[in-house]
Amino acid sequence: MVSSRPVHASLLLAETSSSPGASHLGAKLIEALLPASAAGIIELLSPVPPGWGGTLLLGLLHSIEIAVGATCVGLLIGTCGAYGKLYGGPVVRDLLAVYTTVVRAVPELVLILLLYYAGTDLINQLLTAMGYQRIDISGLAAGIAVLGFVQGAYSTEVIRGAILAIPQGQIEAARAYGMSPGLLLRRITLPAMLPFAIPGLANLWLIATKDTALLAVVGFFELALATRQAAGVTKAYFTFYVAAGALYLMLSLFSNLILGRIEAWSRRGMPSIKEAR
Amino acid sequence: MAGEATVINVAARTSLWLQPHRIVLILIALALVLGAAFFMRWDWLPQYYEMGLLGIWRSLWILAVTCFLGFLLAVPLGLAQAAGPFWFSAPAKAFCTVIRGTPLLIQLWLLYYGLGSLFPQYPWIRESWMWPYLRQAWPYGVLALTLSFAGYEGEVMRGAFAGVPKGQLEAARAFGMSRWKIFRRIWLPQAIYRALPTLTGETVLQLKSTPLVATISVIDIFAVSSKVRQDTYLTYEPLLLLALIYMAITGILVFAFSRIEARIPNKIG
Repeated sequence: MVSSRPVHASLLLAETSSSPGASHLGAKLIEALLPASAAGIIELLSPVPPGWGGTLLLGLLHSIEIAVGATCVGLLIGTCGAYGKLYGGPVVRDLLAVYTTVVRAVPELVLILLLYYAGTDLINQLLTAMGYQRIDISGLAAGIAVLGFVQGAYSTEVIRGAILAIPQGQIEAARAYGMSPGLLLRRITLPAMLPFAIPGLANLWLIATKDTALLAVVGFFELALATRQAAGVTKAYFTFYVAAGALYLMLSLFSNLILGRIEAWSRRGMPSIKEAR
Repeated sequence: MAGEATVINVAARTSLWLQPHRIVLILIALALVLGAAFFMRWDWLPQYYEMGLLGIWRSLWILAVTCFLGFLLAVPLGLAQAAGPFWFSAPAKAFCTVIRGTPLLIQLWLLYYGLGSLFPQYPWIRESWMWPYLRQAWPYGVLALTLSFAGYEGEVMRGAFAGVPKGQLEAARAFGMSRWKIFRRIWLPQAIYRALPTLTGETVLQLKSTPLVATISVIDIFAVSSKVRQDTYLTYEPLLLLALIYMAITGILVFAFSRIEARIPNKIG
């Protein structure tokens, strides 16, 4: 399946370069960098079964699913956490401070392992205690829950800062109008904090897409694990890791484009940052 | 007199901090810790004690070396982006974008498995003095973490270099300083002052990235805890201790950086 045809590459290079020594070195370089030659690489990365492109794309899809889910869970936890930190009682505040400090001080890899084992263990113990069968928790749900818990700590801080940046008079005015807390959150706090929160949250989304790679270590099928499998089977390590890097980079650049639009939308009607300076 | 005043001050601050609900929370936390100490299995500790210390030492070494080298690399990266001509700034920007846009795990595996699988094909590399090092895992780990730190910090340094007021540099030029002297005496120190608050966060992030080198068979503290888990079939104990160790290191780092920051004048520019 993986036929190495170094002849093409070396011939091409010998024709284009002038000195024989350089061409020799260049040909060896090309040979080394492309163990399976250009045609072989296309064959390896093709999306139909002999190639592994389809596997990589499926992995990318899973990565995006986990990142979207984790960001949503994180935003939910973050909004509640920020409210708790700002308006909660002393006990709630201290517990949230412990949560955000611990999660931000321990490596994601360790947290993922801990939460994954502890979470599945806890759910199964609860189920057996209530007289149900043990269940296998799907990788997707566990990945979303674990990464969401981690993201929640960071978004708590981002959203708390953003709410503090809202001019206090706006919230007071809303209270004076007799708005209920829910209405106040929906109509005033959330829209008014968005321009302050979006840059930080955009950063968190980028971190989430990159953190999904860590789930490969606990064996969830996503882009990093798909790449590892493809590279392990075909032995074309360099090709596949470069391909995976390119996919992640494209995801990041595309996200940047969209997030820039969202930030511009959330700041509509406000003076631009450059003018404000 | 002054000493007395500080003692009273500290006492007042402590009593403010130590409210009744906090005492209850601390007691609950203590009970949890004692419960963990008594009801969990820690009999493996004496056997793996030395290995663990070596692992911590390795993690700290990797952290220190990669932060130092990464920062050295970040200065030219930031300078090239802030003030360089196009053919300097474009590659620097591309480097930072690629590093920041891809997961560290993929960079690490690309270097270790990808590059590592290419090297043996060259006879001259196998015969050179580098070969004994290139066959080990840690140079790849150090290289990947250094490049990653340089990529993130390079972006910070770009902002820091660009943020130094023009007047400072103009004044230095008016004093007749050479370009190198301006850079060494005015531009770089002020840029570092500006970058210092973010440096704390970046260093903590770097600490949290170091366990990834365990995936390429470097025996750091994370790898030691994985070995304990494999040998003893315990799930929680090694991981909890590991989390505690990382929190302690983070705490020490944050404290050390806050001391350094306190020495630096906060009104600049």
